[in-house]
Amino acid sequence: MTKVEELVKKQAEFHGYKRESLMPILQAVVRSERFLSEEAMVAIAKELDISTADVYGTASFYTFMDTKPRGKNIIRVCKTITCHMKGKDGVIEALEDTLKIKLGDTTPDGKFSLLQANCLGWCHKGPVMLINDEVYPELTPQSAVEIIQKYLKQK
Amino acid sequence: MSPYKVSLKINNLSVSVDEGTTILEAARKLNFKIPTLCHHDDLCVAGNCRVCVVEQVGNRVLPASCATPVSEGMEILTNSMKVRQARKHIIELLLSEHNAECTICYKNGNCELQELSNEYRTGNRMFLDVLKKSAVDISSPSIEKDDSKCIRCQRCVRTCSQLQAVSALGVINKGKDMKISTFLNKPMNDVVCTNCGQCVNRCPTAALVERNYIDQVFDAIYDPKKFVVVQTAPATRVAISEEFGMGPNRSTGKMVAALRRLGFDKVLDTDFTADLTIMEEGTELLTRLKEALVDGKNVALPMMTSCSPGWIKFQEHIFPELLDNLSTCKSPQQMFGPLAKTYYAEKINKNPADMVVVSIMPCTAKKYEADRPEMRGSGYKDVDFVLTTREMGMMIKQAGIDFEKLSDEKYDSILGESSGAAVIFGNTGGVMEAAIRTAYEIVTGREVPFTNLNIKPVRGMEGIKEASVKIKDVKPEWSFLEGVELKVAIAHGLSNAKELMTSVKNGTANYHFIEVMGCPGGCIGGGGQPIPTNMEIRKKRAAAIYEEDEKMTIRKSHENPEVQEVYASFLHKPLGHRSHDLLHTHYTAKKRY
Repeated sequence: MTKVEELVKKQAEFHGYKRESLMPILQAVVRSERFLSEEAMVAIAKELDISTADVYGTASFYTFMDTKPRGKNIIRVCKTITCHMKGKDGVIEALEDTLKIKLGDTTPDGKFSLLQANCLGWCHKGPVMLINDEVYPELTPQSAVEIIQKYLKQK
Repeated sequence: MSPYKVSLKINNLSVSVDEGTTILEAARKLNFKIPTLCHHDDLCVAGNCRVCVVEQVGNRVLPASCATPVSEGMEILTNSMKVRQARKHIIELLLSEHNAECTICYKNGNCELQELSNEYRTGNRMFLDVLKKSAVDISSPSIEKDDSKCIRCQRCVRTCSQLQAVSALGVINKGKDMKISTFLNKPMNDVVCTNCGQCVNRCPTAALVERNYIDQVFDAIYDPKKFVVVQTAPATRVAISEEFGMGPNRSTGKMVAALRRLGFDKVLDTDFTADLTIMEEGTELLTRLKEALVDGKNVALPMMTSCSPGWIKFQEHIFPELLDNLSTCKSPQQMFGPLAKTYYAEKINKNPADMVVVSIMPCTAKKYEADRPEMRGSGYKDVDFVLTTREMGMMIKQAGIDFEKLSDEKYDSILGESSGAAVIFGNTGGVMEAAIRTAYEIVTGREVPFTNLNIKPVRGMEGIKEASVKIKDVKPEWSFLEGVELKVAIAHGLSNAKELMTSVKNGTANYHFIEVMGCPGGCIGGGGQPIPTNMEIRKKRAAAIYEEDEKMTIRKSHENPEVQEVYASFLHKPLGHRSHDLLHTHYTAKKRY
């Protein structure tokens, strides 16, 4: 049994084998693996006795349930209208320059993925970005880069 | 049915209906047609296309009539200004995302969206065209999937999960990116799809259609070097009439005449090999019973029928541990192929290399079956092309044949004679009934103890049926069956099959013989049958099949003289050496996920 299969098995034991356990199991896998691999989705389908298309369909509905490999730190810049008006494009440009990747990509060392997100509910303090579970409001291109530097210093 | 009645008014006409009835159903009672797209009588409510909206007096929003139950005193308008306007916009919005290349579309003339836009005369384009480009998935030999034609009504998704318990198709992504797709958007041929084609039967547009081989078959017919024979499955003869607006009707004679006019060199019958299947499968069952009861061998029981290729692929994916329970008999289509290219080729003095065997099937999975690598018993591809009932209809129309006016003709001989037991293969319970008619008689020397040979307990549209036949006063060589109560079960539609298989797997079921057909109602409700389908249509087709059986002179497979002849001069005995080579096969476990 691989590491992912074991994780799924444990999660299914914990949450139960009914269909409604699908969401918490998906969330647990994303928390630990950063994304949902084919292997993970197959393991979940097996455990819950549902089809793989169902698992993938559910996962693909949610932006935060990635089915592509992602970096250790996932940056999500809010793309909706208020943050746009408050200058999220400049923030993204600065991040792209610093990380030397384009929006949607992951750094070759696997440390960062740069993505966009729908409204994070911080319109009054935009532009805003999320790094993993941390919210960073009222960004400027410089402050965004400084925040990234902090993460770069962590190993 | 609910004991409570609800009174309401639809277009100012009063109607009283059971509590829980939808507005759509109530309107139908008054003969008001409300257009629908995502709604299908066989499936659960979805309410996502909104085309069935109506106006409820006093309600600001327009409710979807397919998803809204009636309530006391409701006043509904199905055709008010507001409704017409909304409906027209909904259709136009659907069209703005639809690849409306109707004139060159495979479903041209049989498309619910086309019909609706025709009814509503959606003239000027009100909305921007936002059609997304997508490649057509032709990976499967049975089904073509074209997302550019999809209106995301999810009938296919509901069919695949609700009726077939397969869920190869699902809803992927959200918002403007939402689409109907497979696990990780893999090609249809690489997922658990059984090729049953039930989604094709229910797709309102051409997003899901059968892979068609009409041109290849016409090419073969026009090729003077090719000797083209055609075989027709039982269920096609009661449904082809629907393609010509004649409803589900017995039209075997007209169908034979039409195929002859199309230019097939010989018109032969899959019913012949259905009879042969009974001889092989019946003997296989009796052999397994003997091995279990007399020799004490550990044989796989219950034995399960193997005529339905959708069901076979389902087992290979979902219940690989039960593959030994499947009869090793090929399906009638695949028994016909190798016999045509060996026994028949010899009789008519043809080189099998020059022969082309075409099947007309009520089924899309048969296309996949014919392509399986095991199906080359004759040394050639046993069945070259498989056409659905619908494709046959198209060919007849293309050839300018007036189907309705044709006089009845008979199948060619040999490989054209059949019994009533063969034709009922088209219905759920039919293979079981045919097998019991023959097996009972082999064992006891008497006819089955049912009036007019009609084994009623195995008939009908119930999802899972059970029956038992007490065997007594057997012939001496079958003494081990004396007093045995033969227990059988029948399932149709793969979700019923899954339920039955789960009980077999858990050891809670105690049957000797199980018949499964992959599609609701059996082959008469097959994925290759005329569109539309619903319970009423399937019941009519089933009734026509039983009528056909009653009108046959021979009613039992073992009495078919051509079957007797093929054993006398070629196969020698059921489960014999030649049968093994030509008529039996094996199965391979496939990935479930």
